[in-house]
Parts: sequence; C-alpha cells; structure tokens
Amino acid sequence: MSDYNFAYLDEQTKRMIRRAILKGLAVPGYQVPFASREMPMPYGWGTGGVQVSAATLTPEDTFKVIDQGSDDTTNAVSIRKFFEKTAGVAVTEETEKASVIQTRHRIPEAPLREDQILVYQVPIPEPLRFLEPRETETRKMHSLEEYGLMHVKLYEDISQHGAIATAYAYPVKVADRYVMDPSPIPKFDNPKLEMAAIQLFGAGREQRIYAVPPYTKVVSLDFEDYPFEATKADHACDLCAAEDSYLDEVILDDAGNRMFVCSDTDYCRTRREAGHVGRLGEEVAA
Amino acid sequence: MTPLLQVKGIEKHYGARIGCADVNFDLFPGEVMGIVGESGSGKSTLLNCLAGHLTPDAGQVIFDTRAEGPVDTVTMSEPARRMLGRTDWAFVHQHARDGLRMNVSAGGNIGERLMAVGARHYGDIRARAVDWLDRVEIAENRVDDRPSAFSGGMQQRLQIARNLVTEPRLVFMDEPTGGLDVSVQARLLDLLRGLVRQMGLSALIVTHDLAVVRLLADRLMVMKDGHVVESGLTDQVLDDPQHAYTQLLVSSVLQV
Amino acid sequence: MSISTKKKSAMIELTGVSKSFVLHNQGSAVIPVMAGAELRVAAGDCVALTGASGAGKSTLMRMIYGNYRANAGRIMVGGTDVAKAAPREIIALRREVLGYVSQFLRVVPRVATLEVVAEPLLALGVPEDQARARAAELLARLNIPERLWSLSPTTFSGGEQQRVNIARGFAHDYPALLLDEPTASLDPTNRAVVLGLIEAAKARGAAIIGIFHDAEARAQVCDREEDVSAFTPQAAA
Repeated sequence: MSDYNFAYLDEQTKRMIRRAILKGLAVPGYQVPFASREMPMPYGWGTGGVQVSAATLTPEDTFKVIDQGSDDTTNAVSIRKFFEKTAGVAVTEETEKASVIQTRHRIPEAPLREDQILVYQVPIPEPLRFLEPRETETRKMHSLEEYGLMHVKLYEDISQHGAIATAYAYPVKVADRYVMDPSPIPKFDNPKLEMAAIQLFGAGREQRIYAVPPYTKVVSLDFEDYPFEATKADHACDLCAAEDSYLDEVILDDAGNRMFVCSDTDYCRTRREAGHVGRLGEEVAA
Repeated sequence: MTPLLQVKGIEKHYGARIGCADVNFDLFPGEVMGIVGESGSGKSTLLNCLAGHLTPDAGQVIFDTRAEGPVDTVTMSEPARRMLGRTDWAFVHQHARDGLRMNVSAGGNIGERLMAVGARHYGDIRARAVDWLDRVEIAENRVDDRPSAFSGGMQQRLQIARNLVTEPRLVFMDEPTGGLDVSVQARLLDLLRGLVRQMGLSALIVTHDLAVVRLLADRLMVMKDGHVVESGLTDQVLDDPQHAYTQLLVSSVLQV
Repeated sequence: MSISTKKKSAMIELTGVSKSFVLHNQGSAVIPVMAGAELRVAAGDCVALTGASGAGKSTLMRMIYGNYRANAGRIMVGGTDVAKAAPREIIALRREVLGYVSQFLRVVPRVATLEVVAEPLLALGVPEDQARARAAELLARLNIPERLWSLSPTTFSGGEQQRVNIARGFAHDYPALLLDEPTASLDPTNRAVVLGLIEAAKARGAAIIGIFHDAEARAQVCDREEDVSAFTPQAAA
C-alpha cells in the first residue's frame, strides 16, 4: 500500500484530471482535453476510465466495476483489483452499495442515486469522427454547433437498412448544445443517460474527458418520421424473467439452443434472490 | 438595384509574392461572371478569398444577405460566414471528390446541406434528394450508391446537386468542367446554364477554358500576375480584346 | 410604308463613332477601321449597310451590338449608350430591346433546336410552354422539319443552321434588330419567309439594320441604304 500514492496517480495528476472533470461538468457534453498518463495497462482496457476513477475516488468510497454489465470479466476484475491494491477502497458487486462505478459499454439497470458517480470507459470520444476525420474540422463543428453531419450518418443507416441501424454508441445531444458519443453502450441504455448520478467519461488514448451532470437533458438524435427507439432482444431473461432489462444472447450447444440473460449480472442476481424465476431458471440453479 | 456581391480592394499576399491585388467589381443578381487567366494568375486565390476559404490581407467582400442586407463577409463572425456557406453560397470544386463525401451515398450527399440547416424528416430529405438527382440527370435508382461508383461527369453533377439543394443565391465554381471529357463537359455546361436561368443564380466561374466562359458567363474578368488586366462583357472581351495579355490569350486558343 | 424618318425619334442613333484595333502582340500596330460614323434608324425603318467587303459593315454592326468596343462617339439604342454602358446594361438591352441574327450559330452542343429557339423568350421569363409554342411556330414557318426539333442544330446543314438562327432572332419581338446576311444561303421559299418576317417586324415598329448582299431582298425590305465606306478612315483621309 505504501508503495503507491492513493489510487496510483500522483496528486498533481489527479488535480489536473479533476480540473478537466469540473470543466466537463460545467460544459455538459464538451470534450475537455487532458494530459492522459501512461497507466499500467494497455490502451483499450479502460485507461481513461481508470484515470477518472483515480481522480474521483476517496478512501471512503465503495468501488464497483462492470464490463458489458458483468462484474466478473477479466477487465472488470483487473480494474477492481487495481484499485483495491492502490487505493485500498472497499469494493462491491452490488450497484446499490457502490459510490463510484466504472463501466464499460453498459449503464446498470437499477436507477442510480445522487450520491453515486458513474465513470465510463470511452474508446473514441468524437461522434463526428467517422464522417469527418479531421480533428480541426470536428472541433470547429462542435464550437459552431454544426451537427448536420450527425444526421447524415443516421440518414445513411435508414437508406441502407430501412431503419436506424446504429445499435450502440448512439449519438445524443446534451443540454441542447453538444452532440456526444455516450461510449459504446447499447442504445437501449440511452434513455437512462438522464439520471440522478454524475456521469463522467474518460478516453485515455484520445486524452479527452467529458461529463453529464445529474438531471441533464440528453436527447438521442433521430428523424421525425424515424423516431429513436431503445431496442432490446424481444425476450424475457431466462434466469430472472425480467422483461425490462438488456439481454445477452448465450449459445448453449451445437444444436442451436440458446438463452437470453440479463447483461447486468447484479440486477439478475438481485431479482433471482427476490424469487423471480425465468424459463431456464430452475435448470441453471440445479 | 443592390449588387449581390461588392468586391472592394481585395488583396492577398503569400509572403512577398502577390496572390491577387486590387480586385474590385460588383456582381448583380442573376449575373454570371467568368474569371480567366493562366495557372498562377491568382484566379483561384481570388475565388477562395471571396468564398471565405482564405482571409484576404485587405479589402471587403460585401454580400447582400437576406436578413441584414449588405454585410462584409471578411469581417463577419465565422459562424455567420459558415452559415452563409451552407445556405446562400455554394462552392463547386474542380475535383468532385473535394466537394463530395465519397463514403456517403448520393442521397446523403445531397441531403447533408438540408440536414445542416435543420431538416429532420427523412422522407422529405430523401424526396428532395431524388428530385435533385433528376434535375442533374442522374437516375433515381442511384440514390443509395456512393459517388465512388459514379463516372467523373456524374460525380460533378452530384456535386452541383449537393450545392444547389438549399437554393443558394451565389455559386462559386473552380474549374467546374476541368478534367472532364469534352462530351461530358457540354452536358454539364448545358445543365449549368439551365439551372442558372431557372434559379436566377449568380455565379463566379474560375476557368482557363475560354469556350466555357463564352457559353456560361455574361461578364469576364481576365487576370494576370494577380491583377485584373481587363474586364467587360464576355463576348466583347473575347472578340475585341484590348489588353495585350488578353489578345495573346484569345489568339492562343486552338480553333477546331 | 414610306414614313419620313426625320420626324420620328430615332430608335438607334450613332454619333461620331470611331474604332481602331491595337494589335499589342504584333508590334502594337494600330489599325483604324472607322471614324466619324453617323447613323439614325427610326422605329419601323429598315436601313441597309452597304460598301465593299472590308469597308466595316460587320464591324459597325458589332459595335452597335456591343460586341466591339467603340473608341469614341455615342451609340444610342433605345435610350442606352452602348459605347459606355456597363455589361449588365448591355445584357439587359440584348435581352429585351436589341436582337441580332449573326451569320453563325453559336450554341451549347446537344441542346435541342426547339430549346435554342425558345431560349431568348425563356430568358425574358416567358412561361416554358408559351416559349416553346412560339419557337415551334417559327421553326415550322421556316420549314425546319419537326423531326429535327429535338436534335441539336450543331449537326444541321448550313442553310438549316441559318434558319434556326433566324428563328431564334425573331422569337422575341425586339424593338431593334441587327441582321447580318439573313437571306444568305437560303432557297427562294425560305428567303421569302425571312423577308416576310422582316416586313412584319417593321410593321410592328422594329428599327432594323441589315447587311444584305442580296440586292433584290435589300430593295424589297429596306427604306434606305447607308454606305459605310464614308466612315472608313482611309476614305476620310
């Protein structure tokens, strides 16, 4: 423990990151550049989120990490252990008990509270990147609020697929001003972006931090005649029978049998503990 | 009548070298003006200064805006100037790939300007894209194809459709027929003439092709070494050139 | 038909017009081609320009049209001084007041003949169907077979091109008309049609200046002749 400063990063770095976070909260959706540090893990493993978490955590916090909704993937376990070791904070797998939650690609199903902070890992923070590769130009487009291009992407979707096929990293407009990439969460999660908790987004490789303050208006972009839809697999969870949660499809065998389960493992467990049983709930339990 | 565009004392230097200097003219609604001269004469520099792509070192480019009347676009705010660039102004590049999004379908290319000014109804946007494809003589069933699958002439026509869909009042064209086959050029010229007449467009066309200006432009400006050496009615400048350089230019054209 | 030209105000009036060409690339040779040209044409009159080949008939006509620049003098056409007018004023004059039938047809390749003829009307804002109807009427009158109307005139024979050019020149009822050899290379039938068009234009009050090598035609439609040799600088010297 004494080998590391609290939460790995030195205090100067954390102050620098906190300033970026505060600026991000003051200008919702705006990508604040920050001097991303080398972290003891490869890019793509959540270095941005880890730095934001490190600058956010206090010794009293309880930390939870999810990857695609799950607490027990390699990535989630590694990051959780990292902060257990470098910050000595309490860790949990229960959404309810966590004060800081770092996430990759999901928003927990259970509504978050005002005393919670959700930290997203972001691979590509720039929503306009795929249509306009020049960073100088996209920055200008943000500053001048020229967002027609974002709709070109949705137009292309409809013209090619008959519907807006973008299923994750679905662009949103924050507080009627900045268009933001909500990180690769499924668009099912987009309505949850308007929440009580603070949401912080960290992109390590791209050196950007942005934020959505509590209760901020977040609108998913769409067309009048092709309105936004928060879609999910048309099933109930086979374990906990939840019909309102985002589902993962799991192939069971070579015969094509499959099951749908909540991607949020904590949510599913909580429901099962409360007595909800899905189609295959008994078998799996047995 | 108020000129649509008043150009006063435009000057642009590249270090010690003159890009263009002392350029003055008025362009009235519905007028098409050609700017000719050899490579390096400053015609493209001038066009880019006028269109707001380059900042001139001196001078004014006063445009008669719909909302506020004549405004100097050199000193207007960048957002306002870029807004003009998406609404009342259009810029047709010599190379279609500079003016098109090559990884976006033809319909998306045309629709972009509409979406940029707030259109949010997919059906309407698509209908207008199809209408414009028809106006530039591209088959409706190509609406979802990417421009990379189009011939050079079609790409150029698509670029024109993409630019004109918001019904601009002033079109800047930089060698619009350059690099096209002669037969394709003729078709494009005919199309441009029709559109200019139907929409009452004003246009500034930079070209080194005197045949193009004779067919498209009402007026002509001849540039050499960054300066305007002669200007006037197109056929007068071409048939009765006064300046030595213009005489040389006109007499150098190969007769077919 | 013979109304006195002196009483009426002139539609076209040239005063002290002179012109020289300076050939900068050939040792700056100065070639004077016209000096002190004077001409008055009243509405309803047709004046023929005469003089030997090279005397400056076409030059004078081109100056009136604004195609050549006058070095001195006034060229008033319907109230506009062509010698001084801004390009857009000349363009407006050509669109509304002053028509010109040249010897050569200059059009964008691949544009249909009917469109070529209708174009002056479309430029004036005449509705498309009306403009095309007028164009069709003129083409029919000038015996251009209807099957050719949808083709570009660039592929036509010389005589056909000439008739398309005439149709285009007469599509709009210009108050002033310049005709450069309108009956050249026409067969007797079409020649008669063109002379009829000229007489009709005179009757509605058009002021016409023409160059006619065809003496018979000249005698039939022209009220006066003006010998431009009088304005050639050599003659003056």
